[in-house]
Amino acid sequence: MPTILSIQNLRVEFPTRLSGQPVKIAVKNLTLSVNAGEVFGFIGPNGAGKTTAINVLLSFIPPTSGTACLFGIDVRQPIARQRIGYLPEMTYYYKFLTAEELLRFYARIFGIPNLEAEKRIDQLLKLVDLEPARRRLIKTYSKGMQQRVGIAQALINNPDLLILDEPTSGLDPLGRMKVREIIQRLKNDGKTVFFSSHELGEVETICDRVAVLHEGELRAEGSVKDLVAKHQCNLEQVFLRVIGFQN
Amino acid sequence: MNTIWALTGVVIRELYRRKDFYVLFVLTAVITVAAGSVRFFQDPNIVRYVKDLCMLLIWMSALLITIAMAARQIPAERESRTIFPLLAKPVTRGQIILGKFFGCWLASGTALAVFYLFFAIITGSREQYWPVLIYLQAFLLQWIMLGIVTAMTLLGSIVFAAPSSTVTILFIVVAGILFLGRHLNTVALHNAEPLRGIIYTIYFIIPHLELFDVRERMVNDWGLVNWLDCGLAALYAAAYTGLFLLLSWLAFRRKSLT
Repeated sequence: MPTILSIQNLRVEFPTRLSGQPVKIAVKNLTLSVNAGEVFGFIGPNGAGKTTAINVLLSFIPPTSGTACLFGIDVRQPIARQRIGYLPEMTYYYKFLTAEELLRFYARIFGIPNLEAEKRIDQLLKLVDLEPARRRLIKTYSKGMQQRVGIAQALINNPDLLILDEPTSGLDPLGRMKVREIIQRLKNDGKTVFFSSHELGEVETICDRVAVLHEGELRAEGSVKDLVAKHQCNLEQVFLRVIGFQN
Repeated sequence: MNTIWALTGVVIRELYRRKDFYVLFVLTAVITVAAGSVRFFQDPNIVRYVKDLCMLLIWMSALLITIAMAARQIPAERESRTIFPLLAKPVTRGQIILGKFFGCWLASGTALAVFYLFFAIITGSREQYWPVLIYLQAFLLQWIMLGIVTAMTLLGSIVFAAPSSTVTILFIVVAGILFLGRHLNTVALHNAEPLRGIIYTIYFIIPHLELFDVRERMVNDWGLVNWLDCGLAALYAAAYTGLFLLLSWLAFRRKSLT
């Protein structure tokens, strides 16, 4: 299977004002790859460097050293982002737009022709159950509804790779179930999903492979089945062992 | 270009969905209507003075709308973090700068056109005189000048962190150029070196926004400016606008967003 996402010896340092510590190392020599059609879980405690790694993948921040590629193209090239969808952890959308205006805006950025865009907007708003609220301003939406707009915008270009940063954080059980359903559906459609999460039960259910990041370092990587079999416990206990919280 | 126009559309949509914009807009329209409707003993000097005041108000309001709007574009994207889903699409930072520029420039042009329309209707209906071409030329020159101001403000919004400081600094700089810019060479002559050299350098570096100010000609009905001169002024403005946009892109290109 072709490699969709690859990270080689990635290192990210941030300047710090603390005396005696010239820099804070957020990610240390991270190397990993994700193949086409995989659902890949990126897990780790808070501050492990997951979001920093995702920020490099999306070219929000430059790496100190190392490389990151999407579809074999360096992430610094805007074209590398043509076939991806991204859902941020929080809802960061123009609140003065309606859901359909926001989706139309992103569709235009991807250069999707108007007719096709309208068809796709209808489909996506149905998928995320926002059809009745499509002409309401996003600022009037609940958090769950805003997260669903986020899912719709991430899918507007029918992406081959989805990068989801803690997609279920802050959602109620129903919202979490809906997100899980969508990820499952994308998996069945052969899409590649790369997502970070704290919900280990969810990761164990959905993911084919996982990587555990702790203090910026890759502590474990492999298929969920293999990791669980090797440690003879569930993924949550594997995670706690790997980060040195439990023997 | 699709991306740039999509971004432009969002800027314009934001402008007309924000209520604070309407306050300044309505205020200027009301003052213009009121001042333009009053008859001061049919004295042509007083009428000219009132027209001059109305035009000054239109200039100030247009500048304030343009600077306030352009100053918050990029900081607001960073503060509300809407820039992240945007940059996760195949969008370059240069396209964001251009989209914001065209959005602000078109929006300020729309506001300016409405101000001029009000002014023309009020003065025209009172004096039964319709110098449409003169008004059109004054509008075009002012709008071209607002292009330079928009690009300058975008650069300021990337350099200075808070939109409020950008607005204050840019308003002082633009007002300074408009009122003092043309006299700087004379000021330089009355000073000794090295101050003379410094003032001369500033005189030759700054964009001379006052070149686009034809209010006096308009109010006194001195006729049209040669259209060739207007074309040259437009080229001059395009050069400065391009320079400020280039500097904005250079500043924004490597700026950390996290």
